[in-house]
Amino acid sequence: MSYAFKDYQWSKDIAIKEYLLPRSLAEAFEILAKYNGKAQVIAGGTDVIPRLRHRDLEVEALVDITHLPDMSGIREEADKIVIGGLTTHRQIAASPLIREKAGILADGAGCLGSPQIRNIATVAGNLVSGHPAADTSTPLLALNASVTITSQEGERVIPLTEFFLDKGKTALDCRREILTQIRFAALKKNQGSSHLRLSKRRSLTVAVLIFAAVVEVDHTQNMIKAAQIALGPVAPIPLRATKTEAALRGAPINNETIERAAESVCRESNPIADPVWGSAEYKEEIIKVFTKRGLKKALKQAGTPVE
Amino acid sequence: MNHVELSFKLNGQDISIQILPNTLLVDLLRDRLGLTGTKTGCRQGECGVCTVLLDGDPVNSCLLPAVKVAGRSVTTIEGLATEDGRLDIIQERFISEGAVQCGFCTPGMIMNAKALLDREASPSETDIKKAISGVLCRCTGYRKIVQAVKSASEAKE
Repeated sequence: MSYAFKDYQWSKDIAIKEYLLPRSLAEAFEILAKYNGKAQVIAGGTDVIPRLRHRDLEVEALVDITHLPDMSGIREEADKIVIGGLTTHRQIAASPLIREKAGILADGAGCLGSPQIRNIATVAGNLVSGHPAADTSTPLLALNASVTITSQEGERVIPLTEFFLDKGKTALDCRREILTQIRFAALKKNQGSSHLRLSKRRSLTVAVLIFAAVVEVDHTQNMIKAAQIALGPVAPIPLRATKTEAALRGAPINNETIERAAESVCRESNPIADPVWGSAEYKEEIIKVFTKRGLKKALKQAGTPVE
Repeated sequence: MNHVELSFKLNGQDISIQILPNTLLVDLLRDRLGLTGTKTGCRQGECGVCTVLLDGDPVNSCLLPAVKVAGRSVTTIEGLATEDGRLDIIQERFISEGAVQCGFCTPGMIMNAKALLDREASPSETDIKKAISGVLCRCTGYRKIVQAVKSASEAKE
């Protein structure tokens, strides 16, 4: 395969002229402005370094933001959970707060790469990679998260549903902007969630399919009040099944609703056939199975199991 | 490109060295410092044979720009034995349990096992499997590797 040969042509070093370590956000933006598009932000680097060596990314300088103060950690603000842009996958996966109030994000973060990568890779970087199979994108989409994008001009907060633009392309320009914060509402008592992942191995592999859902139920009427369903990689971007979500609003909690949702999510998805990762038909089947399994699991957690 | 001065703790000793800022940690260790116990396999974070400990946590040294370790502590496979050459218990048990086949993944396996045993005195088999899940052994000798780590943890108790 020609691709395999390409790997042997990787250079050993990374082709950069400068590696800069700013100590404040202001200093980082000054450097980025000075390089005017020829410098790129690096945090953990587990995505940036292979891309640089592959010549998939070419920049003069790297601006390492890992020394910026107050950018790491997880905290609760009223009913919201706030995650700093430098928080690693390991911190997320191990956080008692995340495990309790957004378990699907802890599950997703714990699936990324390997323990060594999770020790270094940041969740913000996972989002910024724009990979449709990024392990934290799908749960964060289901949690209705929003991100704070900071630049020299100030900051803007955008919902994650507007963040992913195309494969490898997001609303953030990493030669000018920094993802400083991720924020979402903690799960409430009448909500349930689920995260399912299919992969060829349990470690060191990109997922064939990731499903994440959050459902909100009305116990007295045995009805779904709201649902957020996210999948990857079934489209060029991590997908929210918005049509299915609209159809689920106000739907009775029973098997028929779940069967219909599975067909509907499948229609909204557009998985590509791949000789390694599976045919489109196979993936469509798994999408249906995961939708049914995932919705049942989330509904059970919300206290309204489907018999 | 200008050289920069990098100071960090390597296997318990403070060192300072002039490096080019595009150097990756694995190349600094192997090519400049002669510590070839750390291996390079895939060079893209997928095989784990380049694992070293950064402040006690396992990381892929092939993905880490060397400048990132400034002021921090790095432990490589060479740092496990005592000064008089006595092997770490994990190394001893890898030998006695026959957990080494071609040996290429062994430093990666041992460094991940070391990080596990440093924080968890009596890990379960699942804990051990999870701890070494970021290293590929293409001789597929996982069974004996898990046994060796288990045996080392029991010897430590």
